[in-house]
Amino acid sequence: MRRVSTRALVVTGLLITLVLAGVVSFYASSHPDGLNHVAEKVGFSGTAQPHASDGSPLSGYATRGVSDQRLSRGVAGVVGVVVVGLLFGGLTWALRRRRSDERASAATVLDTTETGAPERERDGSSAVARERDGSTSMGR
Amino acid sequence: MHVPDGFLDVPTSVGTALVAATGVGLALRGARRELDDRTAPLAGLVAAFVFAAQMLNFPVGAGTSGHLLGGALAAVLVGPWTATLSIAVVLLVQGLLFADGGLTALGTNITLMGLVGVWTGWLVFRGVQSLLPKRVSMVVPAAAVAALVSVPVAALAFTGLYAVGGQAPIPLDRLATAMLGWHTLIGLGEAAITGLVVSAVVAVRPDLVHGARRVLATRKLVVVGRDRDDDQVAA
Repeated sequence: MRRVSTRALVVTGLLITLVLAGVVSFYASSHPDGLNHVAEKVGFSGTAQPHASDGSPLSGYATRGVSDQRLSRGVAGVVGVVVVGLLFGGLTWALRRRRSDERASAATVLDTTETGAPERERDGSSAVARERDGSTSMGR
Repeated sequence: MHVPDGFLDVPTSVGTALVAATGVGLALRGARRELDDRTAPLAGLVAAFVFAAQMLNFPVGAGTSGHLLGGALAAVLVGPWTATLSIAVVLLVQGLLFADGGLTALGTNITLMGLVGVWTGWLVFRGVQSLLPKRVSMVVPAAAVAALVSVPVAALAFTGLYAVGGQAPIPLDRLATAMLGWHTLIGLGEAAITGLVVSAVVAVRPDLVHGARRVLATRKLVVVGRDRDDDQVAA
């Protein structure tokens, strides 16, 4: 299949994710999940306590104040996707190794190993090394 | 598999909270090695996808449903440390905003899904991958098997926690059998979804798939040699 850009992949994936949470989720099974089912059958579901966030605006994946069930769940799903995406996207963006760091480390690798190729084979990071080469030789 | 408040006693919940905090702390360090400018955007997407997929309960028969846990999926796509963090964030948001998964059980849920689910998935994935031919396409079946195994193992881990600190006196063998049975069925759904999603990403961007790095490394070398024929000859 054709290679797509990271941007195209992420945008497409996000659209699919939003449709899943915003539309498809309405058709999800409303039966208790495996754990809750087992809890009922084996007889310990009674010890479950009310959730501290019960009654919060989105509790139970329903949006308070939206009477249409389809819309209520859809809005909750979309909000959840956006919140998780922003939270985790921000976290990973903060944690990632910056390209400038990589350029520095790539320079070190090249300095110490001259041609580099056999070393790359050994440490198995050729894909990354290749991209580093690309980004450095692209003449920034 | 979101454990509500009240299933486990306080000492056990405190214990799992400590385990979860330690795991997330280690993951914050480990994820730095997995994330760079190329892979970070995919990680954000994977977390959002896992959240969405967890809303999609599929029927598994007899009035029961299951949903993707996503640990194996996230581990294969973005690496196990990042996967642990992503599941933890999903569970945090679900607990705080959606009243899904007890707040005192957050540590339990992170332990079960973010640690047991993710790392079982990752280790099984690596094990299966080492048995299969070293081809990128083999990432998909390896991920599916990892997903299948990760769910019943997480269910057994819950049973273990219940044996330590369950709030109701119930026969543990019945609990173990029921948890294992239902979650093996749910594991089949987990395997199907994981296989589908991993194959879609592998088809368009195998280089972004963490679990494909080992098998890609050798293949890429050939390409590098060809691209840089002159360099190689000169060297």
